[in-house]
Amino acid sequence: MKLLRLVFKNLFRHRLRTALTMLGIATAVMAFGLIRTIVGAWNAGVTGAAANRMITRHRVSLIFPIPLPYRSEIVRVPGVTGVSWANWFGGVYGDPNDFKNFWPRFAVDPETYFDLYPEFQLPPDQLAAFKKERNACVIGRKLAQQHGFKLGDVITMEGDIYAGRWQWVVRGIYTGRDPSTDETQMFFQFAYLFEQVRQREPGRPVDAGFYVLRVGSPDALARVASAVDSQFVNSRAPTKTESEKEFQQSFVQMSSAIITSLQVISVVIVAIILLVLANTIVMSVRERTREYAVLKTLGFSGRQLAGFVLGEALVISLSGGVLGLLLTFPIVKGFAKALPTFFPVINVAPITMALGIGAALLAGLAAAAIPANRVVRMPIVIGLRTVG
Amino acid sequence: MMRIPFSYIWRSLWARRLTTALTVGGVALVVFVFAGVLMLARGLEATLVETGSPDNVIVLRRSATSELSSQVDRGTADVLEAESGVARGMEGRPLLSREVVLVIDLYKKKSNALGNVSIRGVSARAMELRRGVHIVQGQPFQFGTHEVVVGKSIASQFKGVTLGAQLAFGGDRWTVVGIADAGGTAFDSEIWGDVDQFMQAFGRPVYSSLSFRLANPGGFDQLKTRLQADPRMQYVELKHERDYYQEQSKTLATFIRTLGIVVTTIFSFGAMIGAMITMYAAVANRTVEVGTLRALGFRRRSVLGAFLIESVVLALVGGALGVALAAFLSFARISVVNFQSFSEIGFGFALSPGIVRSALIFAVVMGVIGGFLPAVRAARLNIVNALRAS
Repeated sequence: MKLLRLVFKNLFRHRLRTALTMLGIATAVMAFGLIRTIVGAWNAGVTGAAANRMITRHRVSLIFPIPLPYRSEIVRVPGVTGVSWANWFGGVYGDPNDFKNFWPRFAVDPETYFDLYPEFQLPPDQLAAFKKERNACVIGRKLAQQHGFKLGDVITMEGDIYAGRWQWVVRGIYTGRDPSTDETQMFFQFAYLFEQVRQREPGRPVDAGFYVLRVGSPDALARVASAVDSQFVNSRAPTKTESEKEFQQSFVQMSSAIITSLQVISVVIVAIILLVLANTIVMSVRERTREYAVLKTLGFSGRQLAGFVLGEALVISLSGGVLGLLLTFPIVKGFAKALPTFFPVINVAPITMALGIGAALLAGLAAAAIPANRVVRMPIVIGLRTVG
Repeated sequence: MMRIPFSYIWRSLWARRLTTALTVGGVALVVFVFAGVLMLARGLEATLVETGSPDNVIVLRRSATSELSSQVDRGTADVLEAESGVARGMEGRPLLSREVVLVIDLYKKKSNALGNVSIRGVSARAMELRRGVHIVQGQPFQFGTHEVVVGKSIASQFKGVTLGAQLAFGGDRWTVVGIADAGGTAFDSEIWGDVDQFMQAFGRPVYSSLSFRLANPGGFDQLKTRLQADPRMQYVELKHERDYYQEQSKTLATFIRTLGIVVTTIFSFGAMIGAMITMYAAVANRTVEVGTLRALGFRRRSVLGAFLIESVVLALVGGALGVALAAFLSFARISVVNFQSFSEIGFGFALSPGIVRSALIFAVVMGVIGGFLPAVRAARLNIVNALRAS
């Protein structure tokens, strides 16, 4: 107990230095938490994928549509309990250089889509209103919040994949069932897209972008995938069916180089924590060389002295780490606000917190190692002779 | 006013080598990340901007954000070919390429994952139009056949893309007859073939875009105004190729920059605090020295300056080290999907004098901020008390 008091007394000797070191560690732990959270947000689509859903798309690339009549054939595949489809609409809303103005827009089948995505929770009256009106749309809660859209508002945008000016009336606002549910999407009736394109660009076919399949049990995934794909293998539009998880994974894969560099950066951060902390500990030990010699003369063992050094390092690193964690939450919030649509789902995961504290503790141990060793080995006479 | 000699500052740093090294290391790491991020964003922009030629014009459908979402019909292409503002090449043929851009999936060598690859169908004048693209292995593809030429980035990153190999897409097989070097531009990440063959294979009735060379390099605005008045050209838009490709790089480059600057700003706090700790310790250890300097007649301002310079030197050495480390990144190349074209683009880290300057300024700012308060403390020491300190 007395030893612990000595550690604390030592900490308060250079209050400013101790405080600065803690602050330095706190900022580093905060940056670490932010980066890990961003990497996690990248994977949100994968985490949020349902185990019993599959995506069927054109085998050559997602950019090619697949024929509408495929639906009736996919429905008949044993194990499939539900089929819906959607089209990526694209479009340009307002100033295209403002990140806020980009969010996913899909043309969907109103009868089946929300049935397949139970995590998009829509009040029954709003769903009914969405089904009834051709140019109705449903938007996510976060999206509505960001732009101040309310029920009955009209959203207008310029088409890019599909030409012309497009308008929808907001008839529903969905909320996410889980924290990992994306609440920034927008859905409108596929029939509206179909009819409008037929009018605006006669002769241009409008097919399904991709099909969404629900299977009875996750065990059936592989069997259903090969059953569906083999059906269309020799047709004009061969398909590739995969679980929703794999489908989302392929999107994450596209940015893997950026994710890797972020992970490298998070290692660099741990190195920075180490440098800041090591600097402080080395300094303290150097200043107190004579004191340690005196303590040794009084009969303290080398191990006890090493304990002082280590204890000091750990107290500093731990308090810095906790402070850093507390700071992580507001900074993540601020970051999400700066780039609102890049990361529809961004949460600080418990594992991130644990790793942040762990990194700080590890740095504390490593930073104390060399100075502690020096104290243990120091002959008393030399220590007493040192001029600090 | 007498200045404190620089050798004093230098020796003070050298006297506490371990602490100095730790602080320099911290600053170096921060500057390394800072410079690395800027280099990456710059590399991406350079790759895409260099892809466009200054005297080439691209024609897209109005409000299309990329070639992928654009559609241009044959009629428009015919009108433009007859237009006098389009440069003529050999035999008086218009230097105009009708192009279709699509995306296919290929397996990557490294991760064995599917990657998106742009394929571009071009007309006979395409190579003449893009002077930077050269065949380095094999030969150009023959029009009217299922032959393709692949960019060198594609050849090096994707499986089974070698001379003589067969690629399967669009319900057909395509033979790789050549590998092209486009000088590090986005064309290095594309596969080229005959536009009519591609359109037939994918059942596509319209082009994605048209590219042509201006007959008069300065005549873009004039030509644009004239064409915009033409009722047959109402649904398309003309853009300088450079501007178009700049737009293509915008989202990804802004993202990399924003992320990088947020992270390095946070980092720089850490480094500044490190510098501050070091400098405070330097001041505390040298109280008697400072007293002596003052007793010798050096002014408070000189003492302040000396400590500030010491801190700046510390940061500059760290900054230089960081930039030197970052320079090694120039050898690395990365490949990510640009969501605007929905396909892989390979690019490198590009170091520019501007980046070196920003990185060093960044380091100096860290040094000044980190060193200011400790220097003030040193300058405010009372002579008598300082000399008496043990």
